Amino acid sequence: MHPWHSAGSRVDKAIVEALHRHAFRYGDDGGPVVARGRSSTIGVSWGLGSTVSSPWGACCVATEFLMGNEAIALGAIAAGVGVVTGYPGTPSSEILPTVAQRNPGRVHVEWSTNEKVALEVAAGAAYAGARTLVTMKQVGLNVASDPLMSLAYVGVKGGMVIVVADDPGPISSQTEQDTRTFGLFSKLPVFDPASPEEAYAMIGDAFALSERYGTPVLFRPTTRVCHGNAPVEVGDLSAPPAPDGFVKDPKWVIFPRLAYQSHLRIEQRLPQIAEEFSDYRFNAVSGSGRIGIATQGISSAYVAEALAALGDAVPEHRLLRVATPHPFPRRLALEFLEGLDQVLVVEELDPVIERELLRLAGECHLPVTVLGKGTGHVQQAGENGVDSVTRALAGFLGLEVAPAADCSASAGEGAEPPVRPPVLCAGCPHRASFLAVKEAMRKRKAVFGGDIGCYTLGNAKPLDMVDTCLCMGASVTVAQGLHVVEPDAVHFAFIGDSTFFHTGIPGVINAVYNQTPIVLVVLDNSTTAMTGLQPHPGTGETMMGAVAQQIDIATVLRGLGVKHVESCDPLNHDAAKAAVLRAVEATAEGVSALIFEAPCIHVASSGPRYVVNEDACKCQLCITRLGCPAISRVDGKMRIDDDLCYGCDLCAQMCPFDAIERVEPTEGRA
Amino acid sequence: MSMQTNIIIAGVGGQGTVLASKLVARAAMDAGLRVRTSETIGMAQRGGSVVSHVRVSDAPIASPLMAPGMADVLIGFEPGEAVRSLAFLRPGGTVVTNAQPVAPVAISPASAAYSGQAMLERLDGCGARLAVIDGASICAEIGSLKVLNVALLGAAAGLGALGFSLDQFETAIRESVRERFVDMNIRALHAGARSASA
Repeated sequence: MHPWHSAGSRVDKAIVEALHRHAFRYGDDGGPVVARGRSSTIGVSWGLGSTVSSPWGACCVATEFLMGNEAIALGAIAAGVGVVTGYPGTPSSEILPTVAQRNPGRVHVEWSTNEKVALEVAAGAAYAGARTLVTMKQVGLNVASDPLMSLAYVGVKGGMVIVVADDPGPISSQTEQDTRTFGLFSKLPVFDPASPEEAYAMIGDAFALSERYGTPVLFRPTTRVCHGNAPVEVGDLSAPPAPDGFVKDPKWVIFPRLAYQSHLRIEQRLPQIAEEFSDYRFNAVSGSGRIGIATQGISSAYVAEALAALGDAVPEHRLLRVATPHPFPRRLALEFLEGLDQVLVVEELDPVIERELLRLAGECHLPVTVLGKGTGHVQQAGENGVDSVTRALAGFLGLEVAPAADCSASAGEGAEPPVRPPVLCAGCPHRASFLAVKEAMRKRKAVFGGDIGCYTLGNAKPLDMVDTCLCMGASVTVAQGLHVVEPDAVHFAFIGDSTFFHTGIPGVINAVYNQTPIVLVVLDNSTTAMTGLQPHPGTGETMMGAVAQQIDIATVLRGLGVKHVESCDPLNHDAAKAAVLRAVEATAEGVSALIFEAPCIHVASSGPRYVVNEDACKCQLCITRLGCPAISRVDGKMRIDDDLCYGCDLCAQMCPFDAIERVEPTEGRA
Repeated sequence: MSMQTNIIIAGVGGQGTVLASKLVARAAMDAGLRVRTSETIGMAQRGGSVVSHVRVSDAPIASPLMAPGMADVLIGFEPGEAVRSLAFLRPGGTVVTNAQPVAPVAISPASAAYSGQAMLERLDGCGARLAVIDGASICAEIGSLKVLNVALLGAAAGLGALGFSLDQFETAIRESVRERFVDMNIRALHAGARSASA
């Protein structure tokens, strides 16, 4: 029988045995159980206890099927969070809306303009004693790193948990950076949950630790925890107590002298926290023998499955699971390393545990070999999985592992499924915007700078309209550097509305000030589309349900000194093209801006239907220019998929033979 | 003896795979079983390939994701996506797939040659029990394109592949879906089941 085969009872039993043999086993409720805890210590030092309760509420009220991000949100509410700020970013985006949706009252929830702003708003609230939660994805922490580094020195009064979701793979990100390493750099404690139910429980622990040491703490789930779902026991979500307010004190003002003292204090407390972490309920050592396996987060689940699959052939071994990678639980790790000959470290992203174990082994002269990413025993990039971890463990343990028996081989050779990269939706106004610029710039030397959002997908053929993409807001600034070196080309910067507010504005000021004549194209679709339609300063709504003043992008640009600012509808192709040419002309006077205004199809209702008149259909321009998912070729003729078409009219405007005809909408289209 | 059902749900972003996995999870919780699922959320939702992993068991489940060969059932919302996920399916497992292909975006005159039939032929020879469902007809019969997910679930349940009865899914639908859509989804569930047994 194949070792990864799951259908048989033998493997099921093996999984259960492996889970019970080891630390991260799962309890009767499906939730993790403390395999190795010193309950007296935990009871005292981990104020929120092991039964997932809030200090002012009862324990489990209901079992809900929750996504990891929802579990984090409800865990924070149960822990009495008072202020929640953040900026959307996959895989973190669902946390903050869940708090808004389940707001028991008195929790202030806001999408802030960017992660730095979010962290600073939360810092103020924490100075005044509120428990605060800040949410972002890993690259968002780069934006927030300025306040983060100083806040580590200044500290907080109310507990502050900064949730930073990492994305091994990466699946929806531009880097595979590891927030655990950021914890080491910023000298902040880091929590690393392995499942939705554990994340729920751990949030309360993180708040308690934050308040006990007066420090912000990092909470680092990964995609498979954020977007995994499991039944979670949810406690009392009643409103948090009112914080006692801001007390003036010199400690809130950072100065070099204070920074020196804070640095000393941090260095003194880190070993204390490490000592406390050695007893933390989700850190664990189990098993016996002379070989060891160390792991963390979701990889600990893969290790459990792999050990079960490898079955009885697995020799006696010790297992370390690290749920708090910084400061490293030194005493627990030494207990694990003592008497081992070899250790395999199975983790994702950076070799954080691997380095710590190597350091400890060196420091304590332990005769142990540490294997992992550094030695090529675990993949250096990309996410782990049950199969890759099984292979790594089999290699480490010297076991044979047969290739998986599955149905792909028996399906035989034949046509492969189509490649299906993500694309701009049918009817997406970004397609029209890109097309207008592309057509207007035909035969002109131009560079098209892109940014972060759905419109990054404009890089795909046939549009092929994204020449650069670096990070949030960089379209505006990279275009300026390109212009300085290559002034004979027209340099476009495409930026979405939410990204414009996030970090686009300082770049525009820079271009105006330094007289660098770029063409700014704001793709204003009235939402933050890629991450799930979050509101932003231009939309006129907040997460508290209030109607807000809409911040008008054109007015902002004029206020910044941009002389040529024009708004137009990209779906009117000829007018849009003419507007592009006017904006390019206007660069003679400096920076010019064109705002393409058309709502995302997910926030707008669909228009009329279109059909292809097959007799008139003679070219394939709609395919070679548009790349619209609703248009395909069937038997040599174009066909519009009625289910996908949103009625944007762009193809009808482009067709040189007028072969695409508008028909009245039928009922029942949503 | 322990009971375990591992289900892969494969489709194209926007087809409604997430609700299908939620309904299985609901039915599992109602039956007092353990369940873990994992979804594709993010960039791929814009018309890319999406895969949900759904694991149901009466014993603890460690990993939300499966390795190749671990799935008992593969539900394809589109034949090509079913083929793409075949590596997850154990020999002798069950494939329930929608018959209608979703064409990839055509970007050049040469790129528009995707045949759903070729994909169905590969599924036919893969050694699994195969049920091909005419999802378009069921959606037309019910009057909504959004019930494809529940129709496919109904087909798999009707074949007895999921370990839950149609009644259990009816309850899950009532618990999970907004009231005005409940009847429509229940009709789709049964239409799917009938279609699989036909």
